[in-house]
Amino acid sequence: MEYLALSLILFGLGLFGALTRKNIIAILMAIELMLNAVNLNLVFFSRQLGDPAGQIFALFVIAMAAAEVTVGLAIVINLYREFKEIDVERINLLKW
Amino acid sequence: MSFYLLAGIIVISAALVVTLKNIFHCALALIAVLLGLAAMYFVLGAPFVGMMQLVIYVGAIMILVLFAIMLTSRISDKVVSVSNRQVVPTLLAVGCLLFLILIPLGQTVLPQNSGGKFDPIFDLSYALMTTYLLPFEVVSVVLLAVLVGAIALARRD
Repeated sequence: MEYLALSLILFGLGLFGALTRKNIIAILMAIELMLNAVNLNLVFFSRQLGDPAGQIFALFVIAMAAAEVTVGLAIVINLYREFKEIDVERINLLKW
Repeated sequence: MSFYLLAGIIVISAALVVTLKNIFHCALALIAVLLGLAAMYFVLGAPFVGMMQLVIYVGAIMILVLFAIMLTSRISDKVVSVSNRQVVPTLLAVGCLLFLILIPLGQTVLPQNSGGKFDPIFDLSYALMTTYLLPFEVVSVVLLAVLVGAIALARRD
């Protein structure tokens, strides 16, 4: 039970960071926090139910997080070359 | 006992990740969170997931993040503010969400382990090579696409 509470707090902190940060890399790190909260949940239920499926899903989530960060940081570096800026409030070309 | 020690480290470091001003220090705090979670996976009887957490997250992803930070922002930059103007509303909304989930969580009876025991290395690899073989292969294709995509995106032309 306390594992679920820890996972929930971690998810809440990640959500708060993703919604309030201005730096794109800080937002990506907050998303990592949320993904890790989900992983903790999966591993906990894997132990609770005696089923390896939870751990396998956690491994898939880790692989997808690696993919997400790789593409995200490539985009960030491209944005920095274009605007000399990674502040999300000033990168608003697609905003109407 | 070890749970509360690890949970304290994880929660404090996670709070530092979302509040510190210097983005480089945020990344270091995130490394502390990931190390704490890896230790937590060992405590939970998932040594393989814990090792992968160490190798992939701490070893690869965080190095990539630190490189990106050093390539994009000057660490000594004068930062006016790191948060947007929605800190208080967001704090209220997230607080309400956590509160509303924590209350039913306290009253839930978790399903008990029905004697199902599995070996965290043998059964994991067996399931990965039989039941979950297709997703496993799809992940490798996705990783290849990501490799090509990241190079194509970050290339100087």
